[in-house]
Parts: sequence; structure tokens; C-alpha cells
Amino acid sequence: MNWAESVEWLRTSPLLGITVTVGAYAIGRWLHRRTGSQLAQPVLVAIILVALFLWVFDVDYADYLIGGAYVGFWLGPATVALAIPLHREWGHVRRHAIPVGVGIVVGAFVSVVSAVLLVQWSGGDELIQRSMAPKAATTPVSIALAQTLHAQPALTAVVTIVAGITGAVAAPAVLRLARVRDEVARGLAIGAASHGLGTARALQESPREGAFAALSMGLSALATSLIVPWLVPLLLQ
Amino acid sequence: MILGLVAILLCQLAGEFVVRLLGLPLPGPVVGMMFMLAILLIRGADSRRGRIATAAAPLLKHLQLLFVPAGVGIVVLLSELRDDWLPISLGLWGSWLVGLLVTGWVVTVLIKVFEGRRGEGS
Repeated sequence: MNWAESVEWLRTSPLLGITVTVGAYAIGRWLHRRTGSQLAQPVLVAIILVALFLWVFDVDYADYLIGGAYVGFWLGPATVALAIPLHREWGHVRRHAIPVGVGIVVGAFVSVVSAVLLVQWSGGDELIQRSMAPKAATTPVSIALAQTLHAQPALTAVVTIVAGITGAVAAPAVLRLARVRDEVARGLAIGAASHGLGTARALQESPREGAFAALSMGLSALATSLIVPWLVPLLLQ
Repeated sequence: MILGLVAILLCQLAGEFVVRLLGLPLPGPVVGMMFMLAILLIRGADSRRGRIATAAAPLLKHLQLLFVPAGVGIVVLLSELRDDWLPISLGLWGSWLVGLLVTGWVVTVLIKVFEGRRGEGS
């Protein structure tokens, strides 16, 4: 028997990270079905469980990523796969081209302005204001924009993902309260405020909502990256 | 299924390559999604039961799973934000709410306006 060597193998093998990730997600799905609670979104439950696991067993995030990266890799192909619901809804997209275009540009604009101004008013310094500005865009874009703004990419990554998780948990209920009932409007709003994580939730609400969220995620990323470089310096003065 | 997966991976590959080649301000997979959409629109085939749809189905069904590793990374970073929690949380959730509601309302109103006009025209 060689306990230490076996544990060391486990710690550095991708198998552990993959098993913990998929297992935590399975528990998240079970909890979601069991409680029927909006709050118990599988992604949120799984993130908390994996973080707890890493904390309890004192595993570094870098070691976890040896396996976790295999799961995260599929996010790229899954984003490409969003073209399929989008294609199915293409007739609706064309019919609503103007509301889609205007809604996304307005959404990206108010997201950037409100992020910077709210941080300004509540006493956040300029670095935080710049780091928060691109948070509505999907993570790789928001991080790239944080770099061009000379902000803190790590902070941008955190707020971007929290904005996404918030959307996955709360966006459908908030939109219901605000009486936004049209599936096209709901999907576009979720994709504009909560990018891919919101899209994952919208897909579960309805295929049409998911398709418009996917479209909105892509176009909002484009709109945000066109708006941020000139708008943020104006807001900071 | 496998051919569909190859098509998806090829679209991502092309997207990642083109983004770097042209210096586009978009993630490679998002451009890959546009390529895939273009292919589906040109082929005009039924995307519900095709090879690509079969390969895409499990990825889309469990999209939430794929965000878990990145999400765990931010939990690790959260502890470093304690000093500035007020402006960060206010800016984050305030702006999230504004972005969500303004987009939802603007699109709702515009859809009504354009549907109304179309209705009058016909």
C-alpha cells in the first residue's frame, strides 16, 4: 500500500477535477428537480460544491483546473452549437430585426453607463469603474476590453461571471415581475445582461428565448466592444 | 453524430483563427457560431434531426455544466474583493438590473410598434 503516492497521483490527474465537476453538477440537477427552486440552479450549486471541496481538501484552483479545463473546453463547441436554436428561430429573428438591433445597442449602452456611474456614486475608484464597464459582455470579450481599458482583468472576470450567474438564477423571475412577457424581448434582455450563463437558463425556459439570448450574447459582445473604448473615458471625466 | 461534432469543431477552429487573423473584438466561438449559422442557412436543411443537431443536443442541454470550472475560479478571487464590496456589488447588480429591464422594455415596445404597423399595412 502506498497512500501518499496514490493521493499524489489523484491530485495531479485530470480524473479528479472532471469527476468532482460532473458529480457536483449532477447533485445540482438533483437538487433543482427536488426543490423546484429557482435559486437552486445547477451551475450555482455545482460551483459552491466544487469550491467547498477544494477548500475542505486543500486543493489549489490550478490543480483542480488540470481536470476542470477538460469540462470548460466544451464551452467553445457549445457556443458554436447555439447556432442550431438560432437557425430554428431565424424567421423570427428576421421579422424582428429592428427591435433586435435597437434593443441590443441600447442595452449595451445603458449597461456600460450605469455600471460606471453607480460605482462612481458609491465611492469606487477609477480602476474599479473601468473594470466594471464591460461586465455585460461575454467573459473572453469583457476580459479583453478590461485590458484595453488598463483595468483589472481579474475583477472584470469576477463581475462578468457573477452577472451571468445572477441572470441564470434571477433573470426570468425579474422579467416576469417587470411584465416583460414576450419571449423575444425576454431572450434578448437575458443575453444582453447575462451573456452565456443567462443563455443557458433561457434555453431551459423555452427554445425561442434561448435562441434570442444566444443572438443577444453575440451581438451584445460586439456592441459593447465597439462602445466601451470611447464611452468609458468620457464617463470617467 | 461524429460528423456533426467535426462540423462544430471546424466552425470553432475557423472562428478562433479568423478572430486572431483580423484582430476582431469577439471571442472565436461566437464567430464560429456565426459560421455555423451561415452554413445552416445556406444548406437550408432541417436542423432539428440532422447530424449537427444530434451532436449539439447534449452540449446545449448541459450548457450550465460547462461554466462550472470558470465559476469556481471566481469564488477563489472573491475573498480579494472585500475592501471594495459596496461599489462593486452596487455597480454590478444595479447595472445588471438596468441593462436587463431597459433591453426587455425597449424590445417589447418596439415589437408592439412594428407589429401594429405591419397589421395596419396588411
